Amino acid sequence: MAHDTQALAPGNYARVGKATTERPLARWTLIGISLVFLLLILLLPLAAVFFEALRKGPEAFLEALADPETFSAIRLTLIVAGISVPLNLVFGIAAAWAIAKFEFKGKAFLTTLIDLPFSVSPVISGLVFVLLFGSHSILAPYLQSYGIKILFAVPALVLATVFVTFPFIARELIPLMQEQGTSDEEAALSLGASGWQTFWYVTLPNIKWGLLYGVLLCNARAMGEFGAVSVVSGHIRGVTNTMPLQVEILYNEYNFVAAFAVATLLALLALVTLVLKTLLELRYSAEISASRRH
Amino acid sequence: MEVRVENIRKEFERFPALHDVSLSIRSGELIALLGPSGSGKTTLLRLIAGLEAPTQGKIFFGDDDASYKSVQERNIGFVFQHYALFRHMTVLDNVAFGLKVRPSSRRPTKAEIRERASKLLDLVQLSGLEKRYPTQLSGGQRQRVALARAMAVEPNVLLLDEPFGALDAQVRKDLRKWLREIHDQTGHTTVFVTHDQEEALELADRIVVMSQGRIEQVGTPDEIYDTPVSPFVFRFIGQSNCLKVRVANGEIWLDDRPIGLPAKDEAEGEALLYFRPHDIEIRDGCGGCIAGVVAASRRVAGTRHLELEIGNGHALMEIELPPERAAAVDRSRLAFRPTKWKLFRE
Repeated sequence: MAHDTQALAPGNYARVGKATTERPLARWTLIGISLVFLLLILLLPLAAVFFEALRKGPEAFLEALADPETFSAIRLTLIVAGISVPLNLVFGIAAAWAIAKFEFKGKAFLTTLIDLPFSVSPVISGLVFVLLFGSHSILAPYLQSYGIKILFAVPALVLATVFVTFPFIARELIPLMQEQGTSDEEAALSLGASGWQTFWYVTLPNIKWGLLYGVLLCNARAMGEFGAVSVVSGHIRGVTNTMPLQVEILYNEYNFVAAFAVATLLALLALVTLVLKTLLELRYSAEISASRRH
Repeated sequence: MEVRVENIRKEFERFPALHDVSLSIRSGELIALLGPSGSGKTTLLRLIAGLEAPTQGKIFFGDDDASYKSVQERNIGFVFQHYALFRHMTVLDNVAFGLKVRPSSRRPTKAEIRERASKLLDLVQLSGLEKRYPTQLSGGQRQRVALARAMAVEPNVLLLDEPFGALDAQVRKDLRKWLREIHDQTGHTTVFVTHDQEEALELADRIVVMSQGRIEQVGTPDEIYDTPVSPFVFRFIGQSNCLKVRVANGEIWLDDRPIGLPAKDEAEGEALLYFRPHDIEIRDGCGGCIAGVVAASRRVAGTRHLELEIGNGHALMEIELPPERAAAVDRSRLAFRPTKWKLFRE
């Protein structure tokens, strides 16, 4: 009897603990491995970017950014992102709406197709547009006769960027809209709202935070895309170089300060994106959680 | 408004959900569509609303053929099982939504919309909660907002899909009573779907019992309970016993003995005898009765339920007695005779 009472004394439960808790040695080993990895693979490179950029002092850093070619690269990146993200916004909402709220033949196929850019190498994504619009393609004579220049110009950059980034918003919205179902829309329709009113007053507000989250990720990728853009750009200095391409060119010319100065801008964009993403997740976790797969 | 459903058939990808259903709903009536899941009751409700299109058949609102009208044109009020409140709008905005989205020619002024929404919130006893969001309300409060929202458009007919399905038992009972009061005050023609017979019996003027895409019986709660027209309705509504019997010589026989029930106009042969556990009388001597061995005895609230093993097949029958009567017949063998019963052929 006395033995039983002792076994049930509160202090002894500590040794048992929660079933999912590991022993201290295992715990610290796992935590240690993760920290070392984070440090080596994420934090050190990030610090190196800023360190290299500021190696010759802030004047050299600012001077590098003020260079006209660099400035043009920044402008081009903003233009390309500024066109691609809205295009993908419209496409993403339309695709997610169709997939989540309607039943039709080929739905599974469409869903798979949206994931295509995730599974294709970015270089291939660029190459398809070279094959499609290049000087040896079937379309080339028509394009030439109308004086339309796609390859090695802004249109190709936009096309390649749209292709690479189009899953981001759609993928964010599909699970969210599927989870929300169609009864809110049915309620609005039954109250006399038109299709457009239903979309504007009910569907869109229901997905706005998930949408913002998708736009954020899409924008980060659009500005940072290298592979696909590199293939279609032609690397014309001051004309078709985006920021990631400019970084490469400057680096290849051993202009390290300038290369890393532009790189800091991209790194800052990444950091800002991360902060916004975390804030969004914190505040609107319930709505976004359905789609948190990234 | 009067609603008439004529020979409606609905298939979902070749799978029939409703076979040739006709129903006439009177103006101002509170009517329940009752049935097990898969009986087609929700499909029928959604067809009346215009949320689904029938494969065949017509739906009339008054004298108007509404079959080809869209859900918006039908001007109905629909209350969803899980409320479907707009989560980003306040309670007041939810109720006002149907008025706000009207085309400007039929839209009341902002002040009028506000006033009407407030009045409805008063009616559903939620005044003071105008500025709350749906997530800040309890389940019962959400359902009342949903009802107020549906009534705001002055619908031709109110359609409620399992309105109390997602609520716990006590809230359900309160809301049931409250819905009846609201209906008596406002007089909206109301159709509600439920799988809870108690809810249907207590609340509805008339009940439509459905099974496997067909209407089994339409009637008042009394008619449905006291004179079921089919074995399904007998089994589905309330408690019932079913016993395999034989009709011969104008009498009902169990195995090789008559059980003292006349069957003058019935054709001879096998039949099923249905009766309710409380529609019986205990017999002392068994000259024409059903006799069985008491297999179990349970006290349920104000009555005692006895389970009896009957006849050669050892079929289990349940009968209900007042506790003091049950104590008086404290024997292992018991004889009884149904006082109200019905015969069905297989």
